[in-house]
This record gives sequence, structure tokens and C-alpha cells, in this order.
Amino acid sequence: MSNTETLLSIKELHASVEEKQIIKGLNLEIKPGEVHAIMGPNGAGKSTMGYVLSGRDGYNVESGSVILDGEDLLEMETEDRARAGLFLAFQYPVEIPGVSNLEFLKASVDAQREARGEDAITSADFLKEAKAACKQVNLPVSFLKRGVNEGFSGGEKKRNELMQMLLLKPKLCILDETDSGLDIDALQVVAEGVNSQRSADRSFIVVTHYQRLLDYIKPDFVHVLSEGKIVKSGDASLAHELEAQGYAWLQTAPAEDELEG
Amino acid sequence: MTEQIDKALAREYEAGFVSDVESETFEPGLDESVIRRISQMKNEPEWMLEWRLSAFREWLEMEEPDWALVDYPKIDFQAISYYSAPKSMKDKPKSLDEVDPELLRTYEKLGIPLIEQQMLAGVAVDAVFDSVSVVTTFRDKLEEAGVIFCPISEAIQKYPELIKKYIGSVVPKKDNYYAALNCAVFTDGSFVYIPKGTRCPMELSTYFRINEQNTGQFERTLIVADEGSHVSYLEGCTAPQRDENQLHAAVVELVAMDNAEIKYSTVQNWYPGDEDGKGGIYNFVTKRGICHTNAKISWTQVETGSAVTWKYPSCVLKGDNSVGEFYSVALTRGRQQADTGTKMIHLGKNTKSTIISKGISAGKSNNSYRGLVRMNPGADGARNFTQCDSLLIGDKCGAHTFPYVESRNPSAIIEHEATTSKVSDEQMFLCRQRGLDPEKAVSMIVNGFCKEVFKELPMEFAVEAGKLLEISLEGSVG
Repeated sequence: MSNTETLLSIKELHASVEEKQIIKGLNLEIKPGEVHAIMGPNGAGKSTMGYVLSGRDGYNVESGSVILDGEDLLEMETEDRARAGLFLAFQYPVEIPGVSNLEFLKASVDAQREARGEDAITSADFLKEAKAACKQVNLPVSFLKRGVNEGFSGGEKKRNELMQMLLLKPKLCILDETDSGLDIDALQVVAEGVNSQRSADRSFIVVTHYQRLLDYIKPDFVHVLSEGKIVKSGDASLAHELEAQGYAWLQTAPAEDELEG
Repeated sequence: MTEQIDKALAREYEAGFVSDVESETFEPGLDESVIRRISQMKNEPEWMLEWRLSAFREWLEMEEPDWALVDYPKIDFQAISYYSAPKSMKDKPKSLDEVDPELLRTYEKLGIPLIEQQMLAGVAVDAVFDSVSVVTTFRDKLEEAGVIFCPISEAIQKYPELIKKYIGSVVPKKDNYYAALNCAVFTDGSFVYIPKGTRCPMELSTYFRINEQNTGQFERTLIVADEGSHVSYLEGCTAPQRDENQLHAAVVELVAMDNAEIKYSTVQNWYPGDEDGKGGIYNFVTKRGICHTNAKISWTQVETGSAVTWKYPSCVLKGDNSVGEFYSVALTRGRQQADTGTKMIHLGKNTKSTIISKGISAGKSNNSYRGLVRMNPGADGARNFTQCDSLLIGDKCGAHTFPYVESRNPSAIIEHEATTSKVSDEQMFLCRQRGLDPEKAVSMIVNGFCKEVFKELPMEFAVEAGKLLEISLEGSVG
């Protein structure tokens, strides 16, 4: 952990997908250990923000800056951003048939440790850690042998994402609508997993459409993202206001799709 | 992303070096006198020469097949040299000490040390260099078990009765154009005989190396597993990087007598040509096995090399309850073309066959699966299961599936499954977001795709095959 007081600093970020501008002047500062919730209507750019930060192909930054732990994130390749401690938990985790979860996780951890100049972890030690992580997210140990997300239910996929987070120990975790498609029990498991990982040197961006998740993962700050920028920020109580009143009152003009609807 | 994948695939061909060995090479050209000379070089009995000549006469009447989905300029069979051997091999070295060190170094460079102490324990190797066998290791140990493992040229002299009985018995002389050519001009290859009730104590393997320019390699392998015996055999192959195309037309015959089992694995890594399709090996191979009662033949192939591949390892399930298996991974990239698959001919009752084919296409390559499943009238209760999966990397390559199903027995059951998928941007992104570089990501995804086939390879080689694929994919990501 470096001494910079800010872990993540996003300044005036503009980004587009297929020439369509989605992020339009985003500003956000996150300090180590903080949990920030990003809420907002559909199409506000919530998922796009996660993809832009993690450097997904096709998501083009037009202007602005993003500094993670003192380093220029936008200059880095996708894998280097991950190695620098950025983790994205996917909304729809993809399957990789035939590649076992264990093999995938070990390769990921190895790649990250190597990039940081750390010694490789032995297979036996890793297996021990992986089994413990499985247990923590309430997945049977047999899931380590199964193909990555292959035939997993929606809830299992989300818990599998969480397991990856536990093993990779990132500095900044972006949870992209991790609550979508989860029943209340699964939601609690995921929230407990996240809470167990909260620490002074790990920050979270919790992207969610609903306030429900925030009952379990208490955010330090809540931001409303609308039309590609943050239009309102507050503490946890803002989430309740949004739950009661919806997003419409925050928007200067109704979103186009709402007009059409 | 496609650009990245292409870059990851553009690798160097590590086996592309040329060995500096003085060779005795025939002038290019093919007529009866060339065949007589080959036979003479090999010190063959008269019957063998006659067999070759009759095959040659058949070949002259045959047409080159054009039904495969491959495209290459017409081959000038008069421009090829049909025999080349290192001069040092002329005196027939009796032990490893007498073998030209340059030859031994060649194999060492390829990762196949021929000094027994340095070898993988439990693997005997026959090393074939252009048209001759350089050395066959562990022969004494195998002889103790009664197993014969030697160059086929030697077997023709030492075991004429076995050769006469079985050569051409599975792949007839005029089976097809390239097989007929091979019968006429074959130079070396391996012969294996496993006696009744014997489990071969070691893995057997043959390593084929083409070195000389403008030379064709026409090897021939014959494996006979007598009643109740068991053998696992592996072949590997490489060639120098040259701008000209070179022809490799081999024939492999397997005979599995009652209750015998043969496992035949191939890791094919002939020079594939460069990015623009210049150079590379034409790999036109006929492989077939016959299964008698309760016998089993299992073909596993990992095909990553060659400019053009035309190859259909097949099983004739003659005996009741016999089993045929075909597990294949074919990877094409650059301008490579592969038309490969199998034939499962069910003759006996309750015969079973399984076909698992994994085709991976990248770059501007074309990869076809072509397979025949035939249930003959006598094949009561026969079963086949076929699964053909294609994986596309990028959007300039092609994957094709040509299944032929002929059932003449209503009690036979045939299942066919086929899928086509792509290495998706989502998969690549997930891997990279977890810290894997693109090359590692592609090779991991492809290895996962091939898992069902790799697990069929002998343990010693499964790792190697995985690595080979990794090397093949290096640079195919971007």
C-alpha cells in the first residue's frame, strides 16, 4: 500500500463505446478502505464505468484521467490494471468450458504475484486457500474442479466471482450489479463475503440498481450516476431517498427512453 | 481482439532448423528404376520388389483425389527425390557410439535424446531421418518381453513371414492414390509385433524427421498386436523451415487380433509454411486399423503442423464387440488447411465407436472435419457416438463439418453432436481482468476446449501436446 491518501482519482472522464459517448465528465475520489455505492437508472453508464476503468477493448477514453494508487491507469493494459490491484466482479460472468476453476484461479494468482515480484505460491498452499475461499462463499469444494462458470446457476456464478476476489486480494473491487438475479439468501452470502473483505487497504465500488444490497453492504458514500456523470452524492441515507422517490427527480430532463416508453 | 489473437498465433517454428549432414540423395524423378534402386538400397527380397512394382503400376492408373476441402498446386511427382539418407548410415552403425553425432544432436535439439540414460523412462524410440531409421532404443529390453520393435526395412529381412502376412492387409495397395504411391516407394518406418497375451512393457514411439530438400518422406508403419496383447505407440514429426512444399505420404496399418488393444497417438508438427502460405509439408496420410473379436483400437491425434493435411485414421470393426475410438485436435493457423477425420466401419455385432473431434481455426486457415460412420447389415446392436466441436479464433478462418452416416442395420444406433464456438471477447476480457496476458488466456481457453482429447494421450506426452499448442498459439492474440 502506498502512502497516497487517495486510492482512486477519476477526473473529468469522457468515454465512448462504438462512437457513442456514454461517460460524460465523471469525477470520483476514493480513499483506501472506503465503500462507494454507484446507483442510477438503466443506461446511466454504470456498467460502462467498470469496463472503462478495467480497460475492456472497445471502451475508448476520450479525455480525462484516472489514477490508481499513484499510477496512470489509462496507460496500462487490461491485465496490468488487474495486477495493479483492480478487480471487476462481473454482472454476467462468462463460461470457459474445460478450464477448471482451480487452474484458472491459480494461473491468475500466479500471474499477479509474478508481476508484483512475489514468489510463486505452491500448489498445495493454493489449494488450501482455495478450499477456504470456497467454504466462505458457500460453494462446494467440487466447484474448484468444474469448468469456470460452466453450468453454474446465476447465484453460483456470483459467488464464484466473489471467490476470485477473495483469492486475488485486490485493492479496489468493482462489483457490477452483483445483486442482480440473486435471491435474498444468496444476496446475504455475497454481502457477508464482501463485508469480510472490507479493510483499511481495500476499497469498493458497489454498482447497483437497487437499494436492497446496501442494507447488507453499508456504503460510506452513495453517488447517483445519470447520463454519464455523477449528479448527486451523499451518505447511505441517499440510497433510501432514491428507493422512495426513484431517479426521475434527479434528472434535469427525462431520459429519452422514458419519453419513448 | 482478433488482431491480438493473430499476433499471439504468429510464432516461430522451433523445429525449423536444418541439420548439416552429408546425405546420399537420389536425383528427382520416379519410374520403375527408382523403385528398383530403393529396394536394392534396402537389400530387399524379390517378393518385396515385386509388391512395390505392382503398386507402382496401379498408381500410374490412378487419379489424384480432389474431394477434400483443400487447395494446393498440382504436385509434380517427377520433381521429388524419393530417397535420401545420411552417408554415415551406409555402414549401418551397430551401436549408438557409431551413429553420426550430428544426427544425435538433431534429435536432442528436438527434445528427443536417443541416449537411453537420458530418455524418458519407459519410452522406446525409433528415430527415422529422411529415408532411414537412425536408431531404435531399448530393443534388448523389449526383446526380453518378446516384443519386436525395429525399422520396417529390417523387419522385411528378419521377419519376412510376418511382413508378407500383414503388409497391405489393412490398407490395400490400391486403396487410394497416396497409399499406392507409398507402397511403391516407401523407405522406412517402424514395425511392431506384440506376442500373444503380452502387455508391451514400454511406450513405443517413432520420431520422423525430414531434413533433405526436395525430398519426399514415405514412411510405413505396421503394428500387429497378437491375441490378448496390449501396446501404446506414439509418433512425432517435424521438418526444417523451407520455402518449397514437401510431400509426406505415409501409410500406417494396425492389426488388433482377438482381445488385443492398440493405442496409437500422433503429435504432428510438420513445418506449416509461413504466414503467407509459402512452404510447408503436404501431409497426405492413410491410417487404418482392423479390430478382431473384442479388440480395441484407439487413435488420438494432435495435428498442429503441415501446410495441407489430408488424413483419416480409421477403424474396421470386424470382430464382434470390438471398439474403435478417434480423438482428434486439429489446429490450423496462418494459411494452413486441414481436412481430417475418421472412418468407423462397423461389421461385427455390438461393435462400438466413439469420435471426438476438436477443430481450432485461426488466422486465414481452413479446418474441416470429415468422418464416415458405416453400419453394415451384420452390425447388430452397433453403436456410434460422434462429437465434433469447432472453435474459431478471429473472423477470417473457416471451420467445416462433413459427417457421412450410412446405416444398413436398423438395430444400430448413431449419435452425432456438433458445435461451433468462438473464443469470445468476454472470455478474453475475463482472463485479462484477472491478470492473465492475452497469450496465456488464449492457450488456456484452447486447452480447455481440447481437454477431452488431451486426456487420452499417454501421460508423458499430454504435457508436451499442451505446450505445443501453447507455442502454436503464441502471438495469436492482440
